[in-house]
Amino acid sequence: MSCKVEIKFTLNGRPEKAIVPVDLNLLAMLRDMFDLKGAKYACGEGECGACTVIVDKLSVNSCLTFAVDCDGREVRTVEGLRATDKLHPMQRAFVDHGAIQCGFCMPGMIMQATHLSDTSPGLTRDGLKRGLEGNVCRCTGYTKVLDAVSDAMNTEGVDQ
Amino acid sequence: MMASQSKATKNAIDDYLAPATLSDALGALEDGEATILAGGTDLMVQTQSGRVGYKQRLVNIRRIDELRGISEHGGRICIGALVTITELLNNTLVAEKVPVLAAMADKFASNQIRNVATVGGNICNASPAGDSIPPFLVLDADVELACLRDGKAATRSVPITEFFTGPGRTVRASNELVTGISFAVPQAGFIARFIKSGPRPALEISAVSMALGGVVENDVFRSVSLSFGSVAPTAMRARKAETFLTGKKLDDETIRAAVETALEEVSPIDDVRASIWYRRHLVGVYLRRLVADVVQG
Repeated sequence: MSCKVEIKFTLNGRPEKAIVPVDLNLLAMLRDMFDLKGAKYACGEGECGACTVIVDKLSVNSCLTFAVDCDGREVRTVEGLRATDKLHPMQRAFVDHGAIQCGFCMPGMIMQATHLSDTSPGLTRDGLKRGLEGNVCRCTGYTKVLDAVSDAMNTEGVDQ
Repeated sequence: MMASQSKATKNAIDDYLAPATLSDALGALEDGEATILAGGTDLMVQTQSGRVGYKQRLVNIRRIDELRGISEHGGRICIGALVTITELLNNTLVAEKVPVLAAMADKFASNQIRNVATVGGNICNASPAGDSIPPFLVLDADVELACLRDGKAATRSVPITEFFTGPGRTVRASNELVTGISFAVPQAGFIARFIKSGPRPALEISAVSMALGGVVENDVFRSVSLSFGSVAPTAMRARKAETFLTGKKLDDETIRAAVETALEEVSPIDDVRASIWYRRHLVGVYLRRLVADVVQG
């Protein structure tokens, strides 16, 4: 068993502390220690994006992130997206466009889309496709996902 | 067999350090008993699968500002080991002076991985398929290393052509840290291109990657540099093909003969991603495509 270290960080806007084994990944910490089950474990090697969360304003695969490295950082998960009792506009757009089937990949998809919306607001539809390349969905076929994200970001242009 | 192997390599970590300065980091590495954590995207996968074991100490170098930043001085460009692939993609100096690095960054993994994966990590991981390596080979880059010797920081530069000794292996000593990579600002008129294979646009571990650089004057190719990934135990320069192309007019016959020369230099393997036959086929296809690209400017 690897040694443990105490880390302090901000989780969805609230200051938190945790004592974590130094080889623990952020996804396991979020799911098992903070009971935040939005981010999903799927491939475990950064290929699918189902575990995407935002750390210090950048989207990351939480399965590849060392929890110990989140010391002093700001972590945002899908549970922290909505600021009020209303859904975040990105969540609302996914619901309105029916961009959800089984829902398993959606928390990761929505966090990646939120990252794109926050950091690259002028993205074209092709740019959105590139930005979502790291997120795999096995049932919607992506068209409705792109429609939802385009709508939320007021993206111009049509699919090519 | 597999289980015992993974047990043997999946060691527990006894100690964790996150130094804020380079000198503290070198101290933490001095006894050679440390695993270095930068972006972590390769390290997490390799350690969880049991392919790589931790040493007794984990040293997280991500808090060291001295290892960040892209700068130009004295006719050279220096890229800090902690520069992320996203930073490479968005950097104005890179876009202006070495657009081939931005083009490579654009093909690197996914947005989530680019946001944390580092240039130093991609080099030190020493994968024959490491995306950043063929462009750095074409730029004749030097890998910058530092360690503590007699209590003082000592540095050395190793040409990237001499840095790799095999898949996952480099000349970096266990007490050394890669602090960055540097190369001369390319001469006026220098054009370089990068290409990698893969059916999926994102997250592809290339079956073949290639970078080609040079200066084209009146259809004649000069200062040619050519590098390949995934067709030998390490990424490599194709010196014979370079010599062949240098000073030549780039017509169909020259390119056909250059491909033949290049194929004499590579030694690809059959694996899950591609067969030997297909890799050799791609070498020809990509070399033709890159030469055409470079000629067009």
